[in-house]
Amino acid sequence: MNGKSLVSIDQCSREDILRILENAARFEANPNRALLDGKVAATLFFEPSTRTRLSFETAVNRLGGRVVGFQDASTTSSSKGETLKDTILMVSNYVDLIIMRHHLEGAARYASEVTGIPVINAGDGANQHPSQTLLDLYSIQKTQGKLTDLAITIVGDLKYGRTVHSLIVGMSHFSPTFHFVAPEELRMPEEQKNICDQLNIPYTERTDFTEDIINQSDILYMTRVQRERFTDLEEYERVKNIYILKNGMLKNSKDNLRILHPLPRVNEIAYDVDDNPKAYFIQQARNGLFTREAIICDALGINHLI
Amino acid sequence: MSEQKKKELHVAALENGTAIDHIPPAQLFKVAHLLELDRMNNTITIGNNFYSKKMGRKGMIKIADKFFEEDEINRIALIAPNVILNEIRDYEVISKYTVALPGELVGIVKCNNPKCITNNEPMPTRFDVIDKEKGAIKCRYCERKINKEDIIIK
Repeated sequence: MNGKSLVSIDQCSREDILRILENAARFEANPNRALLDGKVAATLFFEPSTRTRLSFETAVNRLGGRVVGFQDASTTSSSKGETLKDTILMVSNYVDLIIMRHHLEGAARYASEVTGIPVINAGDGANQHPSQTLLDLYSIQKTQGKLTDLAITIVGDLKYGRTVHSLIVGMSHFSPTFHFVAPEELRMPEEQKNICDQLNIPYTERTDFTEDIINQSDILYMTRVQRERFTDLEEYERVKNIYILKNGMLKNSKDNLRILHPLPRVNEIAYDVDDNPKAYFIQQARNGLFTREAIICDALGINHLI
Repeated sequence: MSEQKKKELHVAALENGTAIDHIPPAQLFKVAHLLELDRMNNTITIGNNFYSKKMGRKGMIKIADKFFEEDEINRIALIAPNVILNEIRDYEVISKYTVALPGELVGIVKCNNPKCITNNEPMPTRFDVIDKEKGAIKCRYCERKINKEDIIIK
């Protein structure tokens, strides 16, 4: 079995992404398949994340595997000062797959280096969360019928938003056009813009969030503007209401427009948007289950789905 | 005494060993630290602020009976690029080369990100050199990019 770890979206080629999304679609058609019969997966959540953990654990269960693990590092030996390496090596004695979330950045890569069994990164601090990116891509493909040549508008915190940076990397294989909408303090960093420049991906940047830009978009990817990100609280007060999507702003939008959000949302999408058929963020989270089933099979080298 | 003779007198000649030349004066002691000279028993001459036509002032280190491996010496390229290494045998320079930044730096640089796993776990750091010209590096683990001026040597 040629298993492999999923640590970062950067490691996924266009073919890797398309293969995982294709399998995710098969799991959506039939989520219950006994592909992990007799296998045990560990969910090691050194930092709590109920949503992600439940999604992964449901995925393992629907594939017929079993789950061991913890959801809070305070009950484990790491609270006694055990190194991550020792914890990972100990768990590696027991299971076939490790799914881990950690508050320290780079923890998943290090884990994948010390153990021979595949590691799936379920979030390492502000660094990477590749299953989120793949479910975003799956949601885009499913709602648009394609991944190529789409206009994607990303709104909110573009500076610190890990999902946003990974989305750019993931979409970069599919000739997108990006529109970045953010307050001055939370603009897209140079590093991500350089990625676009190097790959000749067109993008625009603006600070105002208006119907004009919504009407050009196929995907509207909303993110939360967090108060604690601002050094200047006056600036926060000034901009916090600019990046709120209200239903009235969607009246002249394209028919195929869909609104995505990595969740949880606070107030950046008004509740009157929820009933608009273009709102897709709840279904987007549901797609996480199918995508994670596909990711787990890929990590374990299971390519022939029953 | 001629100018030429005066200059030569500053530094003792080396029979066998390595002379590291053109070290920026401000980096001299960092270079000595990086090469772990404090743990060596060889005869070592360290001089600083010598006149240099190329760089105004320069530092120099001579180590008797010591020849460095390439990756051992290339660590110093991070803080002192353009340093010239002279290998001396029987008072003759037998090879001369400019140190170059390696593609990967293992266990030399400290990651600037306090939330990086390398700052919280007993493990060596690993950085990929992403821009040799500018000296920019990227942590293999937390993926933080660090510019030359912000690099902290362990």
